[in-house]
Amino acid sequence: MPCSSTCSAGTDNKEQFAKLQEVIERYKGTKGSLMPVLQEAQGIFGALTLDVQKYISEALGIPLMDIYGIATFYSQFTLKPKGKYKVSVCMGTACYVRGAKRLQDKLVEVLGIQVGETDEEGRFTLEATRCLGACGLAPVLLINDDVYGRTTPEAVPGIIEKYRKD
Amino acid sequence: MELYRSHVLVCEGTGCHCSGSAEVIETFKEELKKNQLENEIKVVSTGCFGLCEIGPIVIVYPEGAFYSGVKKEDVPEIVSEHLLKGRLVKRLLYHDSISDSDVVKSLDEVEFYKKQKRVTLRNCGVINPEKIEEYIAFDGYRALGKALTEMTPLEVIEVVKKSGLRGRGGAGFPTGRKWEFAHNAPGDKKYVCCNADEGDPGAFMDRSILEGDPHSVLEAMAIAGYAIGADQGYIYIRAEYPIAVKRLTIAIQQARELGLLGKNIFGTGFNFDIELRLGAGAFVCGEETALMSSIEGKRGEPRPRPPFPALKGVFGKPTLLNNVETYANIPQIILNGPEWFASIGTEKSKGTKVFALGGKINNTGLVEIAMGTTLREIIYEIGGGIPGGKKFKAAQTGGPSGGCIPAEHLDMPIDYDSLTEIGSMMGSGGMIVIDEDNCMVDIARFFLDFTVDESCGKCPPCRIGTKRMLEILERITQGKGTEEDIDNLETLAKNIKASALCGLGQTAPNPVLSTLRYFRDEYLAHVRDKKCPAGVCQALLQYTIVKELCTGCTLCSKVCPVGAISGERKQPFTIDQDKCIKCGACMEKCRFKAIEKR
Ligand SMILES: Cc1cc2nc3c(=O)[nH]c(=O)nc-3n(C[C@H](O)[C@H](O)[C@H](O)COP(=O)(O)O)c2cc1C
Ligand code: SF4
Ligand code: FES
Repeated sequence: MPCSSTCSAGTDNKEQFAKLQEVIERYKGTKGSLMPVLQEAQGIFGALTLDVQKYISEALGIPLMDIYGIATFYSQFTLKPKGKYKVSVCMGTACYVRGAKRLQDKLVEVLGIQVGETDEEGRFTLEATRCLGACGLAPVLLINDDVYGRTTPEAVPGIIEKYRKD
Repeated sequence: MELYRSHVLVCEGTGCHCSGSAEVIETFKEELKKNQLENEIKVVSTGCFGLCEIGPIVIVYPEGAFYSGVKKEDVPEIVSEHLLKGRLVKRLLYHDSISDSDVVKSLDEVEFYKKQKRVTLRNCGVINPEKIEEYIAFDGYRALGKALTEMTPLEVIEVVKKSGLRGRGGAGFPTGRKWEFAHNAPGDKKYVCCNADEGDPGAFMDRSILEGDPHSVLEAMAIAGYAIGADQGYIYIRAEYPIAVKRLTIAIQQARELGLLGKNIFGTGFNFDIELRLGAGAFVCGEETALMSSIEGKRGEPRPRPPFPALKGVFGKPTLLNNVETYANIPQIILNGPEWFASIGTEKSKGTKVFALGGKINNTGLVEIAMGTTLREIIYEIGGGIPGGKKFKAAQTGGPSGGCIPAEHLDMPIDYDSLTEIGSMMGSGGMIVIDEDNCMVDIARFFLDFTVDESCGKCPPCRIGTKRMLEILERITQGKGTEEDIDNLETLAKNIKASALCGLGQTAPNPVLSTLRYFRDEYLAHVRDKKCPAGVCQALLQYTIVKELCTGCTLCSKVCPVGAISGERKQPFTIDQDKCIKCGACMEKCRFKAIEKR
């Protein structure tokens, strides 16, 4: 992901809306353009906040209700910005039978948040993903783009520590 | 083309990528430069070789030396020893890739590949997927040329029908018949779609094909467009597959530049172009009507059929939808003829199937086998058996819609019909091996948890019914279940199967029914004896101290968060079962393996 919560936390988001406007111009006239626009908007803002939804609704002439319906239907869209680090455990079948649940339990304990939550500092979001296609390395832990294969619960505190520092 | 004396193929599929293959490629390039070999030796990044377990994988041609688990630190040695001096780096060679007399075996003699038949994966790991020239060098786009210049649309359809190809996306519907329906549908605007949503949470063959050989799918879609009379294609791909998206984008661009997509292809007047649409994380969007509504930019909710997509699909127009792997077969069928394809496989299931082999198995990865291969061959010969000498319990196929194959059916030839008969299904090709340490009730709960999460909520049997089933399963795994619960599960399952609107709901009860069929005793152990035989369900476990092994070191009693462990120093300790919260902290701490979990 090119952009996380840090950019939507900025005070001045004019630039972001300008980027969004460019995206909308690019897709105008394309059939079925709402999904790609929402995807790019989330990339720009880190989340589909109500302001962003309203803007898209007006620009594309699509009722806000429909946009909200889509933003809440697909699990990839988020209405609230996520933490700086997205910590996700693969909960695909291969990882599950090789102990992904124990890994997840340990992360809940170490991070002090439940799956789907973001900590108060806005540093970590804990998520569950589906098969990443790296089943050979099961169980797999993903922190943003860093992949940790064959992870054990015992290794979790050490891994997380690295991301607490900066 | 420049001539190179050696080629270094490095896998850049997702598995190897996660094990660090990008760094390996970088280091190879640097090292070759340092040794002034960059004009003699070429580094090629390829798609998946299949043996993801031992990645990153590097193969050096012309010898065909198969290196596994290559770290960037190993690269200088390969360059200085192998590439400069011509000496194999034995310590890095995959153990099964050289004979006893140190001769490099060809890949098809390696146990993992010997029993495989690579049709759809034939280019994966062989060509650079980001160079259309390499695909063309391996007969790429010849099938499209042949179809456009030598065959009528009806002839193309006839060939596909004759081959006996059935859909690889799950249901196994005859592909040729589907093409015929779409061809016959009235309308001047039609669409060809590719289902690359790959929702089964343990399957990744579609992604590997798209990452390793994207043009084969583009070519097949263009052939399908010609056959049914469509000029526009959509590939619906999950956004979770960034590498595949990138390679597809490049492939489409390159095909357009060479005039293999776009207007007037091969000067025949046939127009066809392809766009990508990214999914956004909803399993139900793999269902055909939901997928089409998602392409239109709406909520991906299924709708009742008929009308079938062949008549009313994307934007209300006749639409053909096939799976990635289904398409990847097409160019081969056109080039080699339907008889060739039909000669592979069993009576009613022709060709090959790719399985993503995972779970408790030594060679995790992608395998492509002829239909009719037995499970025993897949698991023990190709897959190399189960790690740690554990006992095979079952193989789960078909993901959340499928079921499990117990040990008694290990020798059954695998095809669409045999799998359905024993209560599982082919599905998209996930094959998860389960050993004695996995609890079947917990596995059923895992899949139900998945379907409840992914149900779109449109129809009550699925929205409410699967939730009820999950609640029952949770009760059972927490030791609060009764025998009546098992009967209720069965009744609910039958009702949901009969009344849900789409395939998701209709197949959601399968993992429960199948585990009940073959592992009822495990369910009974949970509800009657309040025991989990595999030792997985936390609430049913008891931690006890083995007197003979305990040295009375007091460590366990210090880590127990609820003070459930007591005893005298240097005497065996005991755990108070009423206080124990089963966190397992004591077991982790004990240095004498004196704590048992049962
Ligand atoms: C809930 C659900 C999920 C599905 N997911 C996929 C999928 O991820 N990939 C796929 O190719 N087919 C999937 N299918 C099957 C498709 O609906 C469709 O049958 C298939 O793509 C047709 O292609 P084929 O005939 O080439 O198999 C799914 C079906 C259902 C009911
Ligand atoms: S069966 Fe489930 S997923 Fe399918 S339409 Fe009904 S609620 Fe939606
Ligand atoms: S199941 Fe986790 S990577 Fe495939």
